[in-house]
Amino acid sequence: MIKALFNIKSAVTCGGILTILLLLPPFVPRFYIYLMALIFATVLLATSLNMVLGFGGMFQFHHTVFYGFGAYAFALMATKSGLPLWVGYIIAPVCSSLLGLLLGLITVRLTNLYFGMLQLSLGSLVWALAYRWYSFTGGDDGIHGIPLPDLISSSTGAYYFNLIVTVICLMVMYMIVNSPFGRTFQGIRDNPERCLAVGIDVQRQQLVGQVVASFFAGVAGTLFVTVEGSVFPDLMFWTLSLEVLIMCLLGGWFIFMGPALGATIIITLRTFVGIYTEYWTLILGIVLMLLIFFLPEGVLGLFLRKSGSADTKGVVDAAR
Amino acid sequence: MLHVEALTKTFDGFLAVNQASLTVEKGDVVAVIGPNGAGKTTLFHLITGQLTPTSGTIYFKEEDIAGLAPYRVCRKGISRSYQVVNIFNRLTVFENVQVAVLSYRKQTFNLFQPAKAMAVKETRQILDSVGLLGKEETTSGALSHGDQKVLEIAIALGNRPELLILDEPTAGMSPEETAVTLQLMKQLSRNMEITILFCEHDMGMVFSIASKIMVMQAGQSIIQGTPDMVRSNPQVRKAYLGGSDKCSR
Repeated sequence: MIKALFNIKSAVTCGGILTILLLLPPFVPRFYIYLMALIFATVLLATSLNMVLGFGGMFQFHHTVFYGFGAYAFALMATKSGLPLWVGYIIAPVCSSLLGLLLGLITVRLTNLYFGMLQLSLGSLVWALAYRWYSFTGGDDGIHGIPLPDLISSSTGAYYFNLIVTVICLMVMYMIVNSPFGRTFQGIRDNPERCLAVGIDVQRQQLVGQVVASFFAGVAGTLFVTVEGSVFPDLMFWTLSLEVLIMCLLGGWFIFMGPALGATIIITLRTFVGIYTEYWTLILGIVLMLLIFFLPEGVLGLFLRKSGSADTKGVVDAAR
Repeated sequence: MLHVEALTKTFDGFLAVNQASLTVEKGDVVAVIGPNGAGKTTLFHLITGQLTPTSGTIYFKEEDIAGLAPYRVCRKGISRSYQVVNIFNRLTVFENVQVAVLSYRKQTFNLFQPAKAMAVKETRQILDSVGLLGKEETTSGALSHGDQKVLEIAIALGNRPELLILDEPTAGMSPEETAVTLQLMKQLSRNMEITILFCEHDMGMVFSIASKIMVMQAGQSIIQGTPDMVRSNPQVRKAYLGGSDKCSR
């Protein structure tokens, strides 16, 4: 089974990166530990979006609503319920996937742009709730000082926790993308009409995809809380969804690890360019334009093509 | 096996299919012919569920399938190919057919088994039978038009259909490719005992393979019968074949 899923070259590369990440914390300043823990959460978020976007062809325009919902669910559980803190890590993603199911039941009836626009508006309703419901969600202030389990309350603890959870989730998502479900999903991305004609219930398939992707977005939400210790309505605002969408495009949305690279680049860019100018999104806009013109297969796509290990150019050409 | 009666479809008052009837018995190779705009493709869309009929009935194996969703029609045993190439562009040739086989095996909600190792034998068998076996790792979008049309049929075979509906299977093909496709259809009908319903403009091909022919004009079915009956029918000669000897070559 392992052999059917991984080729040796990519397994060695991933193993190498993972070893470096595991050994890194004692040697780098605390700020970088924090930054990388945040990157891990975002990597998971972007990859979960790409599961439905790049592999399912769904116009998931408001993915971060599930991310924010997971973060809020965790925060509310931790501050209001009195349940053990670890339980939140399980319940919050389940809450996100339930929201995915609820919104999905309404949105999968539509296709393409209409699906995306409806999701955007329904997601914004959820955002408005979080933004206005002061007594419950803290309104635009959000919730701060969220208690975390002792083991992971330090920045190094959070780093390791986020790293391990992200790696496990990426592996599970990789399995899903390469399962019959994933293969069918790619069929739907390429040609939903034909899928119907070969006996696939496209809407139900998309609904399941939506629920699974929201679950992992919810996990990413809890990882965000683990790093930041707070939640705020911006986590569910549509501009963040757009940013995550750009991460997927930047890294390469037909490649599994593409969005992970995209997330790393964007978070790093935001952090370091943000020091010099508050107009860092200007840089982002230029990056995006260059990307559309010169790198339709994304940064990782270009890299793989140059190294000759994937025929991504053909894939992208066929997609045009 | 398939029994269509008084089938009608209107688009904003325009009668695309008008009281059409069609019978396909098990083992038949039925051709639907008629000039452009006669309603052939619309008829196929109605049978396979892409369109909902305005009125009329479609019985498949004694069961009314009119108005069912396309995926439900497919699960009853009817597969189809399209006039314009309609494949999974970014998937490889192998994966294209595998999607259909996995659907037939009800594996589409299997989330945790590697698809790579599943349905391999059956998929390769289908690719072998249509002559695409050497190209299974090619991205299907990069295939030649002729190969894409063959892949169309291969995908339709993935669901092990009892009735295979082919919408102009040789449209845009070279004469050599047409000959190969004709051979393939004969083989499917004889060796795999698949009932075939198809429409086609190439009269030479129609008369060389069809066991029955249905003629459509302006949405109506004029006649259905053996090739000889159709060939000698004065109404058909006048309406479609223009009185010439086109069909007897």
